[in-house]
Amino acid sequence: MGDNITNVIEAKDLSLTFKTNDGPVHALSDINLDVGEGEFVSFIGPSGCGKTTLLRVIADLETPTAGDIMVDGLSAREARLARAYGYVFQAAALYPWRTIARNVELPLEVMGLDKAERQARIKKNLELVDLAGFEGKFPWQLSGGMQQRASIARALAVDPDILLMDEPFGALDEIVRDHLNEQLLKLWNKTKKTVVFVTHSIPEAVFLSTRIVVMSPRPGRIHDIIDSDLPRDRTLDIRETPEFLELSHRVREGLREGHSYD
Amino acid sequence: MTDGLVVTSPVPSSRLKDGYSRTMPVVVVTAVIIAVWYLATIFLNTPFQKDIYLRGNNTSWTTSQLISDTMSQKRPVLPAPHQVIAEIYKTTVLKKITSKRSLIYHSWVTLSSTLVGFLIGSVLGILLAVGIVHSRTLDKSLMPWIISSQTIPILAVAPMIIVVLNAIGIQGLLPKAFISTYLSFFPITVGMVKGLRSPRVLHLDLMHTYSATRWQVFWKLRWPSSLPYLFASMKIAIAIAMVGAIVGELPTGAVAGLGARLLAGSYYGQTIQIWSALVMAAFLAGSLVALVGIANNYVNKRMGVTS
Repeated sequence: MGDNITNVIEAKDLSLTFKTNDGPVHALSDINLDVGEGEFVSFIGPSGCGKTTLLRVIADLETPTAGDIMVDGLSAREARLARAYGYVFQAAALYPWRTIARNVELPLEVMGLDKAERQARIKKNLELVDLAGFEGKFPWQLSGGMQQRASIARALAVDPDILLMDEPFGALDEIVRDHLNEQLLKLWNKTKKTVVFVTHSIPEAVFLSTRIVVMSPRPGRIHDIIDSDLPRDRTLDIRETPEFLELSHRVREGLREGHSYD
Repeated sequence: MTDGLVVTSPVPSSRLKDGYSRTMPVVVVTAVIIAVWYLATIFLNTPFQKDIYLRGNNTSWTTSQLISDTMSQKRPVLPAPHQVIAEIYKTTVLKKITSKRSLIYHSWVTLSSTLVGFLIGSVLGILLAVGIVHSRTLDKSLMPWIISSQTIPILAVAPMIIVVLNAIGIQGLLPKAFISTYLSFFPITVGMVKGLRSPRVLHLDLMHTYSATRWQVFWKLRWPSSLPYLFASMKIAIAIAMVGAIVGELPTGAVAGLGARLLAGSYYGQTIQIWSALVMAAFLAGSLVALVGIANNYVNKRMGVTS
């Protein structure tokens, strides 16, 4: 791999075709993408463009039908077994019978860590997402935004190199979403993780990312990759700047080109 | 972080009203049942009572006398509730527990084989469900047999089980318990297959991202997800385990147990004895179901389930 050492994710000619009763569905077609260490990459596109599928391929939740995928220098499967990534789903997916602390503890139990280590990681990661004091609460006692923060703490507790996030704030209202976006950027700056983030919100993608991957459907493919030169340290105010609007415009154009409204 | 308020459970407006609204329907239904029972007693026992009057050349009976006489026959077609209660009182409080005439003794005989059968049935039911959920082969090969096992009338199978087990030297409590097991494992298996398959795809995917073993997925996800189904199944299973134990007592020559009381009662036309055994069986079954309910509530509370 030599000079590619800083690439945390490499996809080469990746394709995934689902066989359905209505014939094959080309969920992903000829995906080529490198994600460098410490990057924040967003996949954006309309429904059916394969953005979630691509994330699931990286996570070894789907197996590509052609091409190669490398995660953290390993195959996707090996990376999963090495617990190289933490996955945050669209819904918080907290286990309702576990308290918040016990939910964060879940992956740590699976990893077989000892109790002291588990407790230390629970404390650290709940503090990181500002949920200290909610250890003993059950998920239903928390708001949607807090639940999703708990699920981020759970993903981070594994201490993975990569954070894979599948529209984590899609179900939340815009005010909460803005707030969590800001929190997530701080978290990213603090932890230096590589983040791959799926969204269908243009402002969210532009605000968060160092690179925006614009995808288009039928077959699911990468239409454009847009580099952002916005500073790493951003606040929500940046959304009023011409640079931000320019980037948003490019993403919107890319989405329009790649999508046929028929 | 202030993006959400902590939700607290609503405080009931009045505990008193809550308790009232809970007990009231039960009281009303019980009163209706007892009233209907008394009416049926009068109606069903009248022909025989008139027969007695006729044979005794008693022609001067009044309606009120008839009504009171229908409720004090020795072997009525349908005993009145107070006759049954008097019989239960006589055979529980007034008899020593060690006596063969004590209803508590007979209840205990039935209860013990019910509980043993239910426990074996629960374990068997859960094990079968675990096997079925984890193996396609077991799913395909076992399920038809499990279902057909329940299509055979238990009354036909029970004597066979008793006889076969007796032939290999198993006697006493276990054969009856096995009949309870035979009936009670089924709802547990069906419920648990559904319960163990109930986790959402998202929750399973999460475990997959942790590279959890099947064992870990089972204990940390499938098992807790299945508990509501387990308790619902156990409520059915424990009630029919009692039916199994009673049925199992019928072909054993009416030695002991509520089933034996039923059989002996019907041999000698002791309808009051039959009904007192029936009421006792209903009471025991109801109590057992309530116990499962209490266990369910305890587990729910620990698992943070509301309402």
